[in-house]
Amino acid sequence: MSSGAPAASGLAAAGTPPSAPSARYDLGVRLRANSEYVAIPVFALLMAAALFAVFLLAIGKSPIEFVNYVWRGGFGTAFSLQNTLQRSSPLILTALAVAIPARIGLIMIGGEGALVLGGFAAAAIAVPMVGVVPPIVTIPVMVAAAVLVGAMWVGIAGYLRYARGVNETISSLLLTYIGIAIMNFFVEGVMRDASNPNKPSTKPIGDAYMVGYIPGTEVHWGFPVGVLLSVALYILMTRTTFGFAARVTGGNFRAALAQGLPVGRLIVGCAMIAGGCAGLAGYFEVAAIQGRANASLAAGYGFTGILVSFLARHNPVVIIPVAIMFGGLVASGGLIQRRMGMPDATVLVLQGLIFVVLLTSETLYGRFAIFRAGDAKERT
Amino acid sequence: MSATGFSRRTLLKSAALGAAGAALDLGAMGRAFAAADLTVGIVYVGARDDFGWNQAHAVAAEALKLVPGVKVVEEENVPETDACAKTMESMINLDGAGLILATSFGYYTPFVVDMAKKYPDVQFRHAAPLWNKDKDPKNAGSYFGYLNQAHYVDGVAAGLSTTSNKLGFVAAKPISSVLSNINSFMLGARKTNPKAIVQVIFTGDWSLPVREAESANALVDAGCDVITCHVDSPKVVIETAEKRGVKSCGHNASQAPLAPKGFITGAEYKWATIYKGYAADIAAGNPLPNFLIGGYESDFVQNTPFGAGATEAAKAAANGAIADMKNKVPIYVGPLKDNKTGKVVIDKTYGNLDPYLDNMNYLLEGVVGSIT
Repeated sequence: MSSGAPAASGLAAAGTPPSAPSARYDLGVRLRANSEYVAIPVFALLMAAALFAVFLLAIGKSPIEFVNYVWRGGFGTAFSLQNTLQRSSPLILTALAVAIPARIGLIMIGGEGALVLGGFAAAAIAVPMVGVVPPIVTIPVMVAAAVLVGAMWVGIAGYLRYARGVNETISSLLLTYIGIAIMNFFVEGVMRDASNPNKPSTKPIGDAYMVGYIPGTEVHWGFPVGVLLSVALYILMTRTTFGFAARVTGGNFRAALAQGLPVGRLIVGCAMIAGGCAGLAGYFEVAAIQGRANASLAAGYGFTGILVSFLARHNPVVIIPVAIMFGGLVASGGLIQRRMGMPDATVLVLQGLIFVVLLTSETLYGRFAIFRAGDAKERT
Repeated sequence: MSATGFSRRTLLKSAALGAAGAALDLGAMGRAFAAADLTVGIVYVGARDDFGWNQAHAVAAEALKLVPGVKVVEEENVPETDACAKTMESMINLDGAGLILATSFGYYTPFVVDMAKKYPDVQFRHAAPLWNKDKDPKNAGSYFGYLNQAHYVDGVAAGLSTTSNKLGFVAAKPISSVLSNINSFMLGARKTNPKAIVQVIFTGDWSLPVREAESANALVDAGCDVITCHVDSPKVVIETAEKRGVKSCGHNASQAPLAPKGFITGAEYKWATIYKGYAADIAAGNPLPNFLIGGYESDFVQNTPFGAGATEAAKAAANGAIADMKNKVPIYVGPLKDNKTGKVVIDKTYGNLDPYLDNMNYLLEGVVGSIT
């Protein structure tokens, strides 16, 4: 399991006896050990880039031109950078929806469904309040509805895992399809905005109820919220009893049971945090972008989030740069299509290469003495 | 160069200006293009070679590229989220686009409207009749082709191609434009074959290839010997029909190469007419029309050249129907009843572009199937 390594390293760090000979030396060891988690992914990214360059050369395109356009389209101008950050914000939240359950040993891939239902719940609860209740009250209610509905949705998969032993990967994926169908049922039925005959949607929530952009930028509030939440969840998972208990459960379910940890509550709790994050992403899609709920909510952010979380090795803080990298790739994908005359699938090829190479690189952990030399001395 | 209110081409749609409008339109097409450079950004929701909706636009984009002084930048697979807003913005900021053609329905609200407000010097045109002259920015606008006229022609040919008198229609969602295509196809078929019925299956979404294949198979199993469809990419439906040895009529773009034996004809958009018209207007310094809709009478739709599945009789009847459409002969000759309650839903005869028909929410008698 790919989540094993970081969890194990975290455990080792947390479990270091207080009587270690020298705090400074201990820090050196930890730095050396942790640098492995930077060096190997960087190496893997370079490998993926090299493979992709070969692919580009094979189809007669210039890799240098490609890099240029990735830079220009994703990061090089103020517009591009904001474009990238905006695109990364749903990915941060949906990646968290994968990372948190991964820490407790669950591979939940139901973020898409929670996003769609969360967004739908936010719109559904807002529509009757629009014009009646002021935005200052409505907005928190929308957020709460989105988070709660998302949390419940993935929570179901968590509960089924714990109580009935249902495979959470399959159940969360299937729940996604059910979630999208539920939204479509309402949006195409009783909640449909009759003034919009050709694209079934709920009624619009109106500009006053939208959350808008961070002043002076064109990045919506989902981005800073995602960053803060990533940090908060990192602290939750590494610095609290809840996080410790969750990681113990992820490391060894039976041992956790034997220790008397509330395994059921931990599993459902992590699943609900995950769903809440995805639901929040849905809220921002509705309240910052679409202004209503419709089939466009199911834009695949939930699925891209899986990729982001795996690349970040399910570390909530690492998710931030990885999501930005993905946002940049997608943002520049358009420019690459337009300028280099390459199909949209080009960027998908690159994403696929990165994913495969990074997952393959997991087998390299622990094989290089350079990262362990000090460690080995310490432990003997 | 902000477009204001109505223009010559908008008037074209009003029946009163038939001949005069046609003459002016020819004038626009034949106008020499000035040297003014224009970058046109075209945004697609799917792949440009999807044998369907996107391909129809991409074919027109290719035609537009041949216009001197016009540069075309294209981006495909752009979802109906803020991604499409960012794509448009990127085309403006990084490519210098002066005209944006947003080709997917869900791009309009809020994305095209927002971008048009933000970039008042750029023209935005969107492929669905959504622009509202009271609410929406003047540098935005709509264009749309009444494809149901070409489906009517399909129906006329299909009516003479069936031996079972059962025609199959695979449809995506029961929304107005889809329902109008189904009803028009049925009315065309009844024109040449009063015993014909059209059996419809809704798949529920725009692109569900597996369900589209299942639906086409189910229709053939039920005895339909001509299959047509309204889904984003008709590829699977047409291929399935061909495999099952029945005839087919296309939708959106040309699917003729997919069915060398059974293809009759297909309903196709002719976006090139509109796109070249925009380029000509900009080159001449004229305001772009904000609202541009039409069918055969404006050369906005066409039928795919006849395939091997079309008999001589079907070809003759279809060509006659095309002439009728160009002459604005109405498709919906009232009174017409719906297929559910038998209630009269079309009380009188409506012109082919009458807004009353835009809100169609019923299937007519002669169609077998339900929208709920």
